Amino acid sequence: MLLRHTTKEVKEREGLTINPAKTCQPIGAMYAALGVHGCLPHSHGSQGCCSYHRSTLTRHYKEPVMAATSSFTEGASVFGGQANLLAAIETIFSVYDPDIIAVHSTCLSETIGDDLQQITRKARDDGKIPEGKHVIFASTPSFIGSHVTGYANMVTGIAEQFAVSTGSKKNQINIIAGWMEPSDMREIKRLSKELGVNIVLFPDTSDVLDAPQTGTHVFYPKGGTTIAELQSTGDSLSSLALGSISAEPAAIALEKKCKVPFETLDMPIGLRATDRFIMALSKAGNVTVPDEITADRGRLVDVIADMEQYLYGKRVALFGDPDQIIPLTEFLLDLNMKPVQIVSGTPGQRFEKQMRQILDERSPETKFKNGIGADMFLLHQWMKNEPVDLLIGNTYGKYMARDEDVPFIRFGFPILDRIGHSYFPSVGYSGGLRLVEKILTAILDRQDRDALEEKFELVM
Amino acid sequence: MEANTHFPDPSQVREELIQRYPTKVAKKRAKSIIVNDPQIIPEVQANVRTVPGIITQRGCSYAGCKGVVLGPTRDIVNIVHGPIGCSFYAWMTRRNQTRTESLMDANFIPYCFSTDMQEENIVFGGEKKLKQAIQEAYDLFHPKSIAIFSTCPVGLIGDDVHAASREMKEKLGDCNVFGFSCEGYRGVSQSAGHHIANNGVFKHMVGRDNTPSEGKFKLNLLGEYNIGGDAFEIERIFEKAGLTLVSSFSGNSTVKQLENSHTADLNVIQCHRSINYMGDMMETKYGIPWMKVSFVGAESSAKSLRKIAEYFDDEELKARVEAVIAEEMPKVKAIIDEILPRTTGKTAMLFVGGSRAHHYQDLFTELGMTTVAAGYEFAHRDDYEGRDVLPNIKIDADSKNIEELKVLPDPELYNPRKTEAELAALKEKGLEINGYEGMMKQMTKKSLVVDDLSHYESEKLIEIYKPDIFCAGIKEKYVVQKMGVPLKQLHSYDYGGPYTGFEGAVNFYKDIDRMVNNPVWKLIKAPWEKAGNGAALEATYVTQ
Repeated sequence: MLLRHTTKEVKEREGLTINPAKTCQPIGAMYAALGVHGCLPHSHGSQGCCSYHRSTLTRHYKEPVMAATSSFTEGASVFGGQANLLAAIETIFSVYDPDIIAVHSTCLSETIGDDLQQITRKARDDGKIPEGKHVIFASTPSFIGSHVTGYANMVTGIAEQFAVSTGSKKNQINIIAGWMEPSDMREIKRLSKELGVNIVLFPDTSDVLDAPQTGTHVFYPKGGTTIAELQSTGDSLSSLALGSISAEPAAIALEKKCKVPFETLDMPIGLRATDRFIMALSKAGNVTVPDEITADRGRLVDVIADMEQYLYGKRVALFGDPDQIIPLTEFLLDLNMKPVQIVSGTPGQRFEKQMRQILDERSPETKFKNGIGADMFLLHQWMKNEPVDLLIGNTYGKYMARDEDVPFIRFGFPILDRIGHSYFPSVGYSGGLRLVEKILTAILDRQDRDALEEKFELVM
Repeated sequence: MEANTHFPDPSQVREELIQRYPTKVAKKRAKSIIVNDPQIIPEVQANVRTVPGIITQRGCSYAGCKGVVLGPTRDIVNIVHGPIGCSFYAWMTRRNQTRTESLMDANFIPYCFSTDMQEENIVFGGEKKLKQAIQEAYDLFHPKSIAIFSTCPVGLIGDDVHAASREMKEKLGDCNVFGFSCEGYRGVSQSAGHHIANNGVFKHMVGRDNTPSEGKFKLNLLGEYNIGGDAFEIERIFEKAGLTLVSSFSGNSTVKQLENSHTADLNVIQCHRSINYMGDMMETKYGIPWMKVSFVGAESSAKSLRKIAEYFDDEELKARVEAVIAEEMPKVKAIIDEILPRTTGKTAMLFVGGSRAHHYQDLFTELGMTTVAAGYEFAHRDDYEGRDVLPNIKIDADSKNIEELKVLPDPELYNPRKTEAELAALKEKGLEINGYEGMMKQMTKKSLVVDDLSHYESEKLIEIYKPDIFCAGIKEKYVVQKMGVPLKQLHSYDYGGPYTGFEGAVNFYKDIDRMVNNPVWKLIKAPWEKAGNGAALEATYVTQ
């Protein structure tokens, strides 16, 4: 009983968060910045933030994660961090030679009121930014929102600071990726290619955080959206934002700056969310859906139909990031399962609204909560009161799963103890198939484990 | 001793490492990159600020205080006062194994407690929320102790965690509540946090429980955090040798042990950097001498045991220690004899922590390997050059803001465990009491010592030396491996271990053998890449 102190009785807490289902903004900003080619993320604050964010991303991806820091000590905290950031910009361009430095703030630099826009302007005026190089920024105080908000803020910063509208439209669609894995971004590109739609996907961490072993460390791997591509987003026909919380703010910024119309979709996780994505993209690109995609879809539906008896009515607890668990909840309902307990640490009213829409008709009794107080301790207490058949969430869920003896599927961020998330997609029909396979394997393994000898089945 | 391995000219390496830096940066970094001479130890610039923009291995004060020192004590509720991230990132990411006596004994290590400060708390202050959080933690868990850790914004907005702790301690009555001002920006690295943690543990815990501890040879193990079960192995050896461990600081420890630790008769220090303050303070207040030991490596473990027996100066203990060594060593020898031919002559680099880069060189020596370069992430000059340099270390602004406790002999509890004459006799026998000679004395001439290694320097060093193994942490692991060099994590041990004591030595030998001789490193290039251009094409012609 590793979580032996978790009580069954649920008491309202106002001051104490226990086992959070979220973390802080800058790590999201760092991840988003890695999806831009030739970009070095930079953390404007003390060293610990940068160290922690690099460590967590490294543990999740098992890949190099490069980022610099302003290395604040007490002096900078009192007198402001301008001198540190100016010095950092100079050092970074001479030592690491990136095309772009993507600066994000921390709670430290935000509390003392450092103005990133003013400091980066000064860096340019002082000649610290070489010709053709860029310094972009995003404000990501840790005491607002969550890692998802930080991701959204940096993606917005990328859109705002690069997109240019030249007046002549390009036959391409922007796809703004919500917080998803490199494998998911690769799958989005594959689907678009199969559909025959030209897209600019940003950010794009494929080929950055799943780089091959070559015997050489490439500081700026070949992946990532290029500056030219980012600039061209201002001339695109339209944008599709995949995720109302992590991607839509950038789409809004693009519309404001370059008048690119946008549509916000759920991240294409599961059958119907993928359907909507394919429909929207085919419409935006004015193409018909090829038979291969329809066949992919058919295969997913086929597997669900074939194995429906094992899925029916299974009670699921899940936690994670809103843009991922909203479509996942819908998918679980489509699998005829019962998502009964859901928490998401990221605050915001969109989650509640979208969850209501999904759940009200088919599972009005589902408990769900997001924002302050929506932590894993609460989810665990719910699980103790009303046991479930399956738990879905990031690696930290394994403690609850072990204590409650519940099958567990790792999904979301961070996953520190398994691989696969960054190599196999969870989006699209193939991602749906992978999710169904994982769910079935967990459930059937459990059935095998628990079966009486006379009830042990060969064929399932 | 000069290494038999062929070294590149270290002075030239040094030039290459700093070449690309802007002039001011180069000048600064040059003072931290030193060509070693064990006879005349050169001065190393250490514990100074990292240049902004440099990709550093370092973390922050909070990480040192909460993550390293306080984290491993299982029955304290550690509440992080700040926005959510700080608490989240330190949530079980440092390995601190702990073994409770019964299944229901307090163990809060799998829990992450935070006040999750929001914008309104930053604007209007967060003390009210903190006190509420303490109350809620008490109501839910009834812990013996609650520790509060300040994060960056807490220091800036001026929340007084100490006053809040005092108030709550009084209110709760049976729970010891205390705070740490370990904001991330304090000092220049984790090191400041270690100091702050030592001060807090000394002030608020040590000496609270005066129950006499039992046992004839009682000692505390300082600077052992039980990563991968290291403390378990040391505990096994101590028990076998008849030594009584009163408390370890802080691997596999409990509140009660720490509070009772002043009843021990000797402090042995593993990680000098993180806890030397505690050794000194306990000596002054309670009269307990300290000794630097290392249980990393079979020979070092034997040596440390003998030192401890010598200190207690008891023939029976000495005999018992010899018996333990005699019993343990053959198992170690059997393994090393098998592995040695595969590791001898290989080279290693170590850039970790504030003592590990020293200790692990012993294991590499046992494997017949040479350490060609080493350095610490957050050490001070004494860790490199030895404590003799302490009087010459200039205190700069970044260290000045860390409280230096005024410690005096305790009017009741001060009890010198050894007389001046006894101490002098022990020193005469070569036993280093209250001293440490540092890492450089042990390293070969012309090896390279680099403090606060930057990412850029690490890539250069690998290009130049092509070491067989590189030891660092998670942030460096995959970068180095992408270069075709295996990286051994010496903070988490790549989730292996333990590496201390005799069993630990065997584990380490096996791991290093596996890593440096792993076939995967020879499979990096595809056959068609190895064969050169056109090879695959030629093969096609042949089949035609």
